Amino acid sequence: MEREAGVSQPFDIEARLRAALAPIEPPEELALRMESRLGTLVELAADEFEAWELSAMRDPRNWPRADPDDDRRGGPDGGAGAGLVVLRTRRRRHKRRAQSHNALDLAERTLRDVAREALRVFEDAAPKR
Amino acid sequence: MATDAERAAGEGAAQKRRLDEDFSKLYKAHLRDVYSYSYYRVGNHHDAEDLTEQTFLQAYRHFERAQRESQGRPLRPWLIRIAHNLAANYYRDRSRRPQTAIDDAGPLAATHTTESLVQDRDDLKRILECVQQLPDDRREALIMRFALGMDNREIARALGRTDGATKVLLHRAIRQLEELVKKAEAGGA
Repeated sequence: MEREAGVSQPFDIEARLRAALAPIEPPEELALRMESRLGTLVELAADEFEAWELSAMRDPRNWPRADPDDDRRGGPDGGAGAGLVVLRTRRRRHKRRAQSHNALDLAERTLRDVAREALRVFEDAAPKR
Repeated sequence: MATDAERAAGEGAAQKRRLDEDFSKLYKAHLRDVYSYSYYRVGNHHDAEDLTEQTFLQAYRHFERAQRESQGRPLRPWLIRIAHNLAANYYRDRSRRPQTAIDDAGPLAATHTTESLVQDRDDLKRILECVQQLPDDRREALIMRFALGMDNREIARALGRTDGATKVLLHRAIRQLEELVKKAEAGGA
């Protein structure tokens, strides 16, 4: 509606609000930046966990408690055993990522795999009775 | 033949892919909504971009749960609620509200003569300044209704209120704004 200078305009507040609060198009570079950031988010999370996986797997506190008799029975050597657990757990990392729904789920699956592999190493190395 | 573990891995990967695709659709459908809301809340493009980015990053982190709990309802109110909470933090961190109502008046929808363009710009500026004077909840309800075109139910979900309370909130916001605009026009005439 054309308004004349000095003449009071019809007071349709809702129409004026609609005009004043028109939707704002986001800048194009924001859309590109967002897409790029969201696209790499999963990879970033995976990389962080890969680094965390390695340090977590090398930490014996994350291993299941071994039978104290293992040493006497000739159980696995700490360094070699840890290396074997790391190697075996890392082999499954792609499958874990594919199965995980989120970062927490990935962490839980990694810990479960570390525990399982550590147990296997101890069982394999322990002399058969 | 695939083992149980391989089948589970395949299902997990497919589920994750679907989730990412759904989020991508949500992002594309509502980028403008989140940006518009952010812009009218913070009053400048720079902070609006920042707020929009933070909103989608946070949404991505909680998307799976939100999708599960939404039971098929639209997720726009949830997204706007994230932006609303982040904007509240923005004000709390900076201990201020926007110094000016808005960078510049928003785009004008129709073609205008030079004279009417100036009048329209003044009018929009006055309206936006009055919107900024409203209490936070009334201002946000108006932004959701008029900038984003959200209905009462969506606004209610975004603000965590009942439908009835939202209807009253919008009614009071419009009445208060009307008074403010009338006063501003009487003072400026």
